[in-house]
Amino acid sequence: MISESSSFVKGVVLGGAFCMLVTLLGHIKVGHGTKAHHHEHHHIQAPNKEDVLNLSEGERVELSKSIRIYCIVLVKPKDLGHWAAARETWSKHCDKAEFYSSENIKVFDSVTLNTNDMWVMMRKAYKITYERYKDEFNWFFLAYPTTFAIIENLKYFLLKKDPSQPFYIGHTVKSGDLEYVDGEGGIVLSIESLRRLSHVLEDSDKCPEQGGMIWKLAEDKQLAICLKYTGVFAENAEDSEGKDVFNTKSVGALIKEAMSTHPQQVVDGCCSDMAITFSGLAPNHMHVMMYGVYRLRPYGHTYNDALIFLPPAG
Amino acid sequence: MLLLGPKGAWLPFHGGVFVGFTATFLLLHGVLLPWPEPPRPVPHARQDPRVGDHPPGASQSPALYGMAPPGSAGEDAGEARALYERVRILCWVMTGPRTLESKARHVRDTWARHCNVALFMSSEPDGRFPAVGLPVGEGRHQLYWKTIRAFQYVHRHHLGQADWFLKADDDTFVVVANLRWLLAGHPPERPVYFGKRFKPFVGQGYMSGGAGYVLSKGALRRLVAAFASRACTHTSPVEDVALGRCLERLGVQAGDSRDTRGRETFHPFPPETHLTEKFSQSFWYRSYCYYPVVEGPQCCSDLSVSFHYVSGEQMYALEYLTHRLRPYGYRPRYRPPAPPGAPPAPNATSPAPNATPRAPNATLP
Repeated sequence: MISESSSFVKGVVLGGAFCMLVTLLGHIKVGHGTKAHHHEHHHIQAPNKEDVLNLSEGERVELSKSIRIYCIVLVKPKDLGHWAAARETWSKHCDKAEFYSSENIKVFDSVTLNTNDMWVMMRKAYKITYERYKDEFNWFFLAYPTTFAIIENLKYFLLKKDPSQPFYIGHTVKSGDLEYVDGEGGIVLSIESLRRLSHVLEDSDKCPEQGGMIWKLAEDKQLAICLKYTGVFAENAEDSEGKDVFNTKSVGALIKEAMSTHPQQVVDGCCSDMAITFSGLAPNHMHVMMYGVYRLRPYGHTYNDALIFLPPAG
Repeated sequence: MLLLGPKGAWLPFHGGVFVGFTATFLLLHGVLLPWPEPPRPVPHARQDPRVGDHPPGASQSPALYGMAPPGSAGEDAGEARALYERVRILCWVMTGPRTLESKARHVRDTWARHCNVALFMSSEPDGRFPAVGLPVGEGRHQLYWKTIRAFQYVHRHHLGQADWFLKADDDTFVVVANLRWLLAGHPPERPVYFGKRFKPFVGQGYMSGGAGYVLSKGALRRLVAAFASRACTHTSPVEDVALGRCLERLGVQAGDSRDTRGRETFHPFPPETHLTEKFSQSFWYRSYCYYPVVEGPQCCSDLSVSFHYVSGEQMYALEYLTHRLRPYGYRPRYRPPAPPGAPPAPNATSPAPNATPRAPNATLP
C-alpha cells in the first residue's frame, strides 16, 4: 500500500514537472494569442478609447484639424466608372484628394503621369506629391480605384502617431523575408517616410525603375524594398481586438468568409468597428457604402469622440 | 526501474503522472496565464419565456425575447434604451419550412434580436429554431391566410408584451431602433398602421407586404375582432392589398412613415436599387408609390426602417454597416429631432435649422 502511494506521488511530481517543461518551451517558441507573430510581423494599434475622453470641444476641433491627409488615387482610363464613384464619394473626405492617371482624360481633372506601368506611376505620384505638398500635409494615403476609404477612421487611427516618425502602414503581407503593405488595402505614409522615399527614389541601385532581375515585381512590393533601404518598415494596422482595419476585400466578401468559418458569430467575427478601407468594390457599391457608413444608423446612440468631423462641402 | 518500485505500482505511478500533468496544466493556464477576452456583449435573443421582460403566467410560446441595447466605452445608448422600454415592438417574420434555414436564420441572427419579442411564422412548428406552426399551407396563394392566422396568434399569446406589431418577410432587413423613433410620438391605442405606402386598389392606400408594415395595438384589436365577427373575411390571396382593404373598412388609418425631411423609411427594394438605379418612366413602381419617387441618395432616410429582397449575406452586411461600423467623430448632416414624449438627449442641442419641427405624422394633407 505504502509503495503504491509513493509510486503515485512520484508519478504526480513527474507529470507536473513534465507539464511545466512543455509549457515553458511552448511559450518561448510560439507565444500565444494575437501576439503570436510579433517577431515575424510588425503590428500597430489604434488608440485606446479611454485615453481620449477628457477634451473640451475646442480642443477636439483643434486636434481634428491637426491631422491633415492628402489622398492619391492611381487610375487608368479603364477605371473610369470607379474613378467617378471615388470622386463623388469617399475622396471628398480627404483634406485634399487628387487622381493620378496614366494618361490624360478629358472628363475629369487629374495629374497626368504619361506611363502605363504601375510602379513608375507610383514613383512619379509620390515624387510629385512630395515636391508640391510636403509643407501642407503630414500624412499621405494612396489607393487603387476599387478601394473605399473612411478617412475619419484613418485620422482616429493616426491620432497619437507622430508624423515626423517613419510610418508605413496598411494591410501587410509577408513574402519570404519581405513584409510589405498590400496596395489593395491602401498605403499610408507619414511625411517622414515620404521624405525618405523621395530621396531613395533617386538611387537607381537601391530603387530602380525596372525592379526585379528576371520578372517584374508588383509595385507595392517594390515600394517596400525601397523603403526598407531607408529604414522604414511596414506595419499591419489593427484595432484593440486585433482585427485588421485595412481590408483588401469588400464587406460582402468578408461576410461570406465569416458565414462559412464562424456562422454563429458572423458580424462579430467579420470586420472592425473602426475599419478604414475595403477593396474590390464596384462603383455602385461605393454609393451604398457611403449611405451605410455615413448616414444609415440606429436612432438613440450618442458618442463621446475625441475628434469632430463635419460633412464635406457639396 | 528503481523509480517504480515493486511491479504492482505500475498503475498508481501512471495514474500519478496523469493527475500531475493535468493538475499542473490547469493551474498554469487558469491562474498564471490570462484567459482570452470575453466576447463583447451583443443583444442575444433569449428563448426561455420564463426569463425576460414578460409577465409571469403567459402561455408557452416559441418566442425570442430581445435585450435593451448595451452601450460601450465612449458611447451613450441611454436614449435607445429608453425607447426600447417605452415603444415595445413585436416582430413576426413570415417564413416557411423550406426557407427557415436558408433565409429566416439570418434574420434571427441579425435584426430580430433587436425586437422586444420575435416570432417566426411557418406552417410547421420547429422547437429548435424556434418557429410557430400555423394551421395553413405554404405558397403564394396562402399568404393572406398566413397573415391573418399570424396576427390572431400574436393577439392571443402576446398582446400584453408589445405596443406595436410588425410583419416582415424573411428577406426583409429592419432597423428596429428607427421604427421606435418613428412610432414614439403615436399613442398605440389609436388604430393606425405604417409601412411603404402604395396608392392603387385602396382609397387611403395600402402598405407593401415585402417592405414590412407595423400595426398599432388599437389596429390589431380591430383586425382580430373583425375576423371574429366576419366583418372582414379572406377575400383574396394578395396579402397586402387584402389587408389594406380590411383595415380601411375598419377605420384604421394608413400613416405617413416619411422622416422630418420627407424621405421614405420603408423600402420595397434593397439599398443598392434605391440609391443607384434609375427607374424607367413606365416602371410599375412609379405609378404605385403614394408619395413622389425620389432616386439617388435622397431616396432614403438616414433613419430608414426597412429594405426588401435582402439576401442572407446582405443581412449581416447591413447589420454591420448599421450597428457596428461608423465614421469616428463624424457629425451627420441630418440631426433628427427627439420624438415627442421622450426625455431630451444627453447632448441635446436645438434641431438642425432645416429640419421641419414636426414629428412623423399620421395625417398629412
